[in-house]
Amino acid sequence: MAAITPRQRTGWATANFVVIALALIPVLWLVSLSFKTPTAVLDPSFIPAQWTWGNYSGILTSSQFIRPLANSIGIGIISTVIAVVLASMAAYAVARLRFPGKGLLIGMSLLIAMFPLIALVTPLFTIERALGLFNTWPGLIIPYVTFGLPLGIYTLSAFFREIPWELEKAAKVDGASPFQAFVKVIAPLAAPGMVTTGILVFLACWNDFLLAISFTSTISARTAPAAMQYFSGGSVFTIPTGPIAAAAVVITIPIVIFVLFFQRRIVAGLTSGAVKG
Amino acid sequence: MAEIVLEHITKRFPDGSLAVNDFNLDIADGEFVILVGPSGCGKSTTLNMIAGLEDITSGELLIGGQVVNTKSPKDRDIAMVFQSYALYPHMTVRENMGFALKLAKTPQATITQKVDEAARVLDLTQLLDRRPANLSGGQRQRVAMGRAIVRDPAAFLMDEPLSNLDAKLRVQTRTEVSRLQRRLGTTMVYVTHDQVEALTLGDRVAVMRTGVLQQAASPKELYERPVNLFVAGFIGSPAMNFMAGTLEEGVLRTSLGEFRLSDRLRREVESSGTGREVIVGLRPENFEDVALVSPDNRPHGITFHATIDVLESLGSDVFVYFTRELGHGVNSAELEELARDSGRTDSGEGGETIVARLDAATRIAEGQDAELWVDSRAMHIFDPATGRNLSLAGDDDGGAATAQTASGADAVQPDAVQPETVDPNATATDIRAVPGQAGQAGQGGEAT
Repeated sequence: MAAITPRQRTGWATANFVVIALALIPVLWLVSLSFKTPTAVLDPSFIPAQWTWGNYSGILTSSQFIRPLANSIGIGIISTVIAVVLASMAAYAVARLRFPGKGLLIGMSLLIAMFPLIALVTPLFTIERALGLFNTWPGLIIPYVTFGLPLGIYTLSAFFREIPWELEKAAKVDGASPFQAFVKVIAPLAAPGMVTTGILVFLACWNDFLLAISFTSTISARTAPAAMQYFSGGSVFTIPTGPIAAAAVVITIPIVIFVLFFQRRIVAGLTSGAVKG
Repeated sequence: MAEIVLEHITKRFPDGSLAVNDFNLDIADGEFVILVGPSGCGKSTTLNMIAGLEDITSGELLIGGQVVNTKSPKDRDIAMVFQSYALYPHMTVRENMGFALKLAKTPQATITQKVDEAARVLDLTQLLDRRPANLSGGQRQRVAMGRAIVRDPAAFLMDEPLSNLDAKLRVQTRTEVSRLQRRLGTTMVYVTHDQVEALTLGDRVAVMRTGVLQQAASPKELYERPVNLFVAGFIGSPAMNFMAGTLEEGVLRTSLGEFRLSDRLRREVESSGTGREVIVGLRPENFEDVALVSPDNRPHGITFHATIDVLESLGSDVFVYFTRELGHGVNSAELEELARDSGRTDSGEGGETIVARLDAATRIAEGQDAELWVDSRAMHIFDPATGRNLSLAGDDDGGAATAQTASGADAVQPDAVQPETVDPNATATDIRAVPGQAGQAGQGGEAT
């Protein structure tokens, strides 16, 4: 590799700056909006002339946002746990076992992952109405798990493949049942993979708007992204821009914390030292 | 403690390849048995079947008198040491060693006591709270051994436990393994592809090739009385020299010269019904510098001249290499496999390189035309078609066998013939059946 010339350096710096600016400016604009007073939302200045916590205090005291936020957290966590547990078992089977229909299973899960969600909304809506799942937590958890599984199986089977098979053999010889071997030896080693998968599935649930808006009708099951569109302004003629911006900031914060907190865990592998490297 | 009996054990993988074919072996209580063979010969598969990690396609496996074919590994009371050690990376050394006991719901106090005891024996006490990632290769190997002995199992299974250590440590650990086995007196089955390890460790060594057991005998027996070409070529370092020979009127013509066969040997070879073309096997130590052979011994062999290509002096011995015309060529699937396994190729100049081990007192120099002597009493004669060792043929009928030479005061005295020794006739049949399957079995073996 040749050394980087100053010209190349400048080029890359410019490109990086443009990309980062394009990604960050809307976010900063959103933050800025969330601190503006209702009358100042049309003010084009980037920094609010008058700072206010009003939008935040407004949404955080309103059940129209607090309840959906709780729904989002609850539904997200439950879906993630179920999806990761099921996906790790399925991924283990995919990575380690030979069984009839394995190719079909992988194909099906890929198909589910590829299928445009919008095409499924109408039939799922009818199904959920018929089963009485409409506007309930399970009504969202079930589709979230379904669409989270393919992703989980793919990520986790890659992790399982990395784990030396001899560890499992050793566990079996040491007297472990297949389930014990999985839980006590394989799963702890795949923990980084499970965390990664969990984060990805949780993000998908947390960010979902389409299913959340389609399968809910009241705040008893509506999640935060969907709830934002039902915000009302101070009067009929006021657009609730400030509260929406504040809500958007609030639902972004957990994601940022999540990623910062688990970043190292995702990167660090636990398998080092299992076998002679 | 228990004996392990393998009766007609066969392993066929789902893809149809035959990894182990009709394997029979009785392993006595407390015996140290080595399974040895080139890679892909089915030795690891056999071990995995004993451990219960692979299903047995047909045949019966008995441990301690009980048929355990369908029992899961945990019900077989065996401990295994893996080639990669397979230590659990998320557990400390103490947890690794105590894992089996913990699974067996042993009281914590007992676990601690047993782990401490094993750690003391293996000199691991200082390392008990470390994780495998922070151990050296040799330490990891000891932890793997410790994990096995803590359990106090009926039998130990070892799958190439020393192959990841460097050469010096390997020799050291080899001695430790041997000492440990004697101390514990537990049945041990040990897999290796290293014939030196096999010969030094085992009470008995079972040589395998393409899924078929070739010979199971004491190291001495294997070395001195190999039943076929494969065993002869596999055991011994440097390997036995093979050359083509033609039998005529009791005289064996080879590229080294003409050997006069003893009457007994001649009878055996002729009665075996093979043609006149045979393969002659001579170990490097059967050669000697003529100047160093006592006049009494000289008649037992022949002398010949050779130009020494390479001379390697090890201090205690001198290895000399010289090339001989192949004659009509030595072609045998077994020899080809041996050559492949050792990564050795023919000299490529239409000749065969022959290695001779001479006494350190020799004055032969590189490039010199030397006169060498070879002991014909130690000669092995093989049937090129079946690989069978013809010079042993008579022994199996007689039972009370002498070595392949009837004469000579220092003729090799064989050990008592082991009853488990594979009947050469049966083996020969198996070998004939094998070449067609060799490729498949090879693949199957790799999968282990």
